[in-house]
Amino acid sequence: MFKLSKYVLYDIVRNKVILGYTAFLFIVSFSLFNMEDNSSKAILSLLNIVLIVVPLIGMIFTTIHYYNSYEFIELMLSQPMSRRKILLSEYGGVSLSLVSSFLIGVGIPVLLYAPDTVGLSLLLTGISLTFAFTSLAFLTSVKARDKARGIGFALLLWFYFALIYDGMILLILFSFSDYPLEKATLILSALNPIDLGRISIMLKMDVSALMGYTGALYKDFFGSASGIAFTTGIMLLWIVLPLAWALRVFKKKDL
Amino acid sequence: MIRIEHINKKFKKLVALNDISANFDKGQVISLIGPNGSGKTTLIKSILGMVRPDTGKIFFNEELINGDPSYRSQIGYMPQIGRYPDNMKVGQIFKMLKNIRNVAPDNIDEELIERFSLKTIFDKPMRTLSGGTRQKVSAALAFLFNPPVLILDEPTAGLDPLSSEILKEKILKEKAKGKLILITSHILSDLDELTTHIMYMQEGKLEFFKEIDLLREETGEIKLGKAIARIMKGEKFNTGWIDKMFEVKGEGKSY
Repeated sequence: MFKLSKYVLYDIVRNKVILGYTAFLFIVSFSLFNMEDNSSKAILSLLNIVLIVVPLIGMIFTTIHYYNSYEFIELMLSQPMSRRKILLSEYGGVSLSLVSSFLIGVGIPVLLYAPDTVGLSLLLTGISLTFAFTSLAFLTSVKARDKARGIGFALLLWFYFALIYDGMILLILFSFSDYPLEKATLILSALNPIDLGRISIMLKMDVSALMGYTGALYKDFFGSASGIAFTTGIMLLWIVLPLAWALRVFKKKDL
Repeated sequence: MIRIEHINKKFKKLVALNDISANFDKGQVISLIGPNGSGKTTLIKSILGMVRPDTGKIFFNEELINGDPSYRSQIGYMPQIGRYPDNMKVGQIFKMLKNIRNVAPDNIDEELIERFSLKTIFDKPMRTLSGGTRQKVSAALAFLFNPPVLILDEPTAGLDPLSSEILKEKILKEKAKGKLILITSHILSDLDELTTHIMYMQEGKLEFFKEIDLLREETGEIKLGKAIARIMKGEKFNTGWIDKMFEVKGEGKSY
């Protein structure tokens, strides 16, 4: 099934942007671990960078790659290959190359300096965010017909998830601060994969004690087995649903 | 072999195909001609299943085309613009397609690879190739699996005279084997020696579909270009584009 993925992967691994991304992550991780004497402090700084950079690069790179491979996808469509297979192979190639960049750039330093549960959950978060945002980017590129619109829309989505969403949550929390909002914020955080990743890592560190009552509730919920299952499940949904939607659109699309 | 029944296609307001019906059989070389934007490529893409017609049916070997990609193993397609993944090497493209198609080695036709001497550039990445060389790769790919149906979209555009002659010889050879060949081209003099049938489209409509001998008889012209120009003039179609082509050619000769 994934014969094509192998070749897509091979092509992307030689791409300069991917090489630069790997080098960037590697240098940032190494310097953070070397600057901070406390590795959990370094992880916290690294977390903030990962939560911004991984979704951004995931979305932009995927979108540009999709539009650049447009003619190649057409050629594949003239072969006896189903559309589903073609899109999934492309997805496999792109997401796996981004994940391997992340694993080399962040994975190696983390395993060297902080090989504990916090470090591992940072890696897991990074990997699932890569998959999730690659899915989202495939959805936007399949939906938008021209490149400019596709990239614009991808950037907008990234803005929404990385910046606007948090602002909106703060606004809601602020304006409804007289009401018990703990459960509501729990649900709200599930609606953004970046927040979900952030919370699940923060709770593995001891900083949740600083977050007051909500932090305690979070710890109580996300720390439990069902909470972990919930986080994993929602993350999987963030990966599968956009991809499934993209497949549906792609199957009916005129190329 | 291919039967088209009343297909219609609209791209928003633009009518790309307007109630087209035709029947293509083995041993025919059909030239699809018409001004830019007359729906030639859309028709080809509909046959390949890349564009889904709004209404109407297309049959391949009496089987309705509706999403099952297996019939495409019988088609070799050469696209108008061949773009391949930048970092993929020429040899890998051939390897990949052989891998995907999975055909017996004795059914592989590498004549064009040899005659275009593509083996010498097998190690070069695709991004370093010129447009003409890429066109040669596309041509070699279309003929690679010895398919009973060949669909060539502007095959000689961008090729040097020598290569274009090689390609024409190859097309003639395949014609002699009784294959069905569909060609679109604006270079009518190229089609002269190849074609058995002319299909003329304008603004998404099929204006006529005739045998070339009949066309020659009706118009009293031997040259395809002139024959078509005469028909167009007689029927008061927009012939500006054909006149223009001859003008340019005439000027070239006088220098």
